[in-house]
Amino acid sequence: MKLGFLVDLNLCMGCKGCEVACKVENEVPLSSWRLRVKYIDIGTFPDTSRSFTPLRCNHCESAPCERICPVSALHYLENGIVDVDSSRCIGCAGCMMACPYGAIYMDPETNTADKCTYCAHRIESGMMPACVVVCPVEANIFGDVEDDTSHISQYIMAHQGSVQVRKPEKHTNPKHYYVGGGSFTLDPLAHERIEGYNLFNNITHLEAVGDKNHGVLDRFLAPFTSHGHSDNKSFMNFDNTEHESHEEEGGH
Amino acid sequence: MVENTIHATQAVVTLDVALPGIIWGWMITLNMWAKSIGTGVILVGAFLLYRHKKEEMPNLRWLMPLIAFIFLNIFLLFTLADLHHPYRMVNIFLHPHWTSAITVGAWMATLFTGLIFIMTLIGFFDAHPNVRKNCALAKTARGISPFYEKIFPFVVFLAIPVTLYTAIIMAESSARELWQAPTEVMQMMWAALLAGSAGLIFISGTWSKEARRDLALVLAIATFFSFMMYMGEYFFSFKSAEAEATLEYVHSGGAYNTEFWLGMALGFIIPFFLAVSNMKSDNKTLLRFAAILALVGLYMAKDVWLKIPQMLPLS
Repeated sequence: MKLGFLVDLNLCMGCKGCEVACKVENEVPLSSWRLRVKYIDIGTFPDTSRSFTPLRCNHCESAPCERICPVSALHYLENGIVDVDSSRCIGCAGCMMACPYGAIYMDPETNTADKCTYCAHRIESGMMPACVVVCPVEANIFGDVEDDTSHISQYIMAHQGSVQVRKPEKHTNPKHYYVGGGSFTLDPLAHERIEGYNLFNNITHLEAVGDKNHGVLDRFLAPFTSHGHSDNKSFMNFDNTEHESHEEEGGH
Repeated sequence: MVENTIHATQAVVTLDVALPGIIWGWMITLNMWAKSIGTGVILVGAFLLYRHKKEEMPNLRWLMPLIAFIFLNIFLLFTLADLHHPYRMVNIFLHPHWTSAITVGAWMATLFTGLIFIMTLIGFFDAHPNVRKNCALAKTARGISPFYEKIFPFVVFLAIPVTLYTAIIMAESSARELWQAPTEVMQMMWAALLAGSAGLIFISGTWSKEARRDLALVLAIATFFSFMMYMGEYFFSFKSAEAEATLEYVHSGGAYNTEFWLGMALGFIIPFFLAVSNMKSDNKTLLRFAAILALVGLYMAKDVWLKIPQMLPLS
C-alpha cells in the first residue's frame, strides 16, 4: 500500500476550505501551515486569469527530509506516509533545508519540525484526511496509488497526459500529483513574488524559525524554567501603521 | 495595484502565506568556521611535523591540540545552540539515523574532540613539567606521554572526514541547489587548510624561518585555490535554474553582494599576496596580519554561501 494524493487544479476554486480544515484538525499554530492554497495571477489586465494551487508535503518515496533527519524523527509509515515524531525531534532544521518543496515548518509552540502527515491519525481510524472531506468540489483525491482499482489510480490513468509532480528533477519520487497544472503554478521560480502578496501586507517573511520568543538561552533554560508558552496571542500583532497605504503596498 | 505590475506572460503570486527567511544563520556560519580551524590546525600541524624537526617548532606539540580543542568546543557549542532542543542532542547517540550526515558527523566530531582533549592534556603537561606535579590527572597524562604519538596519525586521518562531513550535510540539503556540487567538498578542505595555517601562524613566532615559510606556502596555496573555486562557482555555475537564480540575484547587486566581494578580497586575495611576499622575506607581523584577514574573510565567504540559497522561495 502506498498512499498518494492528487489535486485537480481544474476543479480547485481557491476557497481555502482545505487550509482551514487542516488547521483545525491538526491544531496548526498561527504563522504555520501544513497545507496552503497559493493564488497566482497570470496575464495582463484585462486578459488575466487566476490559478489556485494547494501545496502540502509530497510524501516522497525517496524523501530528503527522512534521509537527513539525524534521529529518525521523520520516518516512513508502512503505508508510505512520511510521519513526524515531535518528541524525538531535536530542532536542527535539517529537514527544512532538505525539503525541496518548503513543506516543513518549525512549530512555534513545540519548537519541533512539523508538516502534513496526510492526517495519519485519521487514516489509522479508517477516515479520509480532513482536507479531502471538506473540499466542496472533490478536487482533492486521496488513496492507494498501488491499487489499480482505487479512485486515485483510476483518475491518474484517465488523465495520464496531464498528471504532474513538483520538481521531478529532484528524484524524490513524490506521491502527490497535480492535474491541470503548469510550470507557472508548480515551479516557484516561474512566478514573481511582489511585496504585498500576503494577507497581512507587512508580513512577507516569518520573523523567526520556531517560537520567536524562544532565544538561544531559553533553549538551554527551558527544562528548568516555566518559559511562557507561545500561544496564538503571540502572533496577533497585525499593526500596519508603520506602512504606507494599502494601495501602495499592492494589497488585496 | 498588483494587476498593473504584471508583464505579458508573467505570473504573479497574489495571495500566499509568509515564507521562512534564513533558516540556518550566523550560528551555522560560526560553527563551520570554527570547525575549519579546529581540524585545519591538525592537518597543517601534521604537514609541518612531517617536514620539520620538532625542535624547530617547540610549542607545536601542546598548542596545536589546544587550539584545535578550543575551536572544536566553539563549534560544538554553536551546534548545540542552534538546535531548538539542545538537550535532545543526546538522541543522536541514543537513536542514531545513519543515513544522515548530521549523525555521522556528530559521532566523528565527538570522537575527534575526545582524542584532541587527551592530546591537549598530554601535550600541556609534557611541555610544563613543573605544573601540577602532584596532581593525579597530570601524573596520568605524563605517564601516557607516548600515547600522543600513537594516536596522532589516527587523529590526522579522522580530521579529514570531520572537515568534510559538513559538505555532505549541505549535499543532503537537497532544497538548496547551490550546495549540490562536489566542489563543496574541496571548498571545505581548502577552508580547513587556510584556517589551520592562519591559526598556527599566531604561535609561530619562535619557530624556524623554514617552518614559517611552509606555513606561508600553505596559506598562499589555500587562499589561491579557495578563491579560484569560489570564482568558478560564482561565475560559471550552470548546475540548475535555482542555483543560477541565486547567483544572479547576488551578481546583480542584491543582498550579500558586498559581503561576498569583501570576503574574497580580505579572505583570499590580500592574504595570498601577503603570504607569497612572506615566503621571500620573513615578516612575522605581515604574516599575522594576513592570517587575521584570511580568517575574517573566510567567515564572510562562508556566511554568504550559507545564506544566499536560502533566499529563494521553495514553493
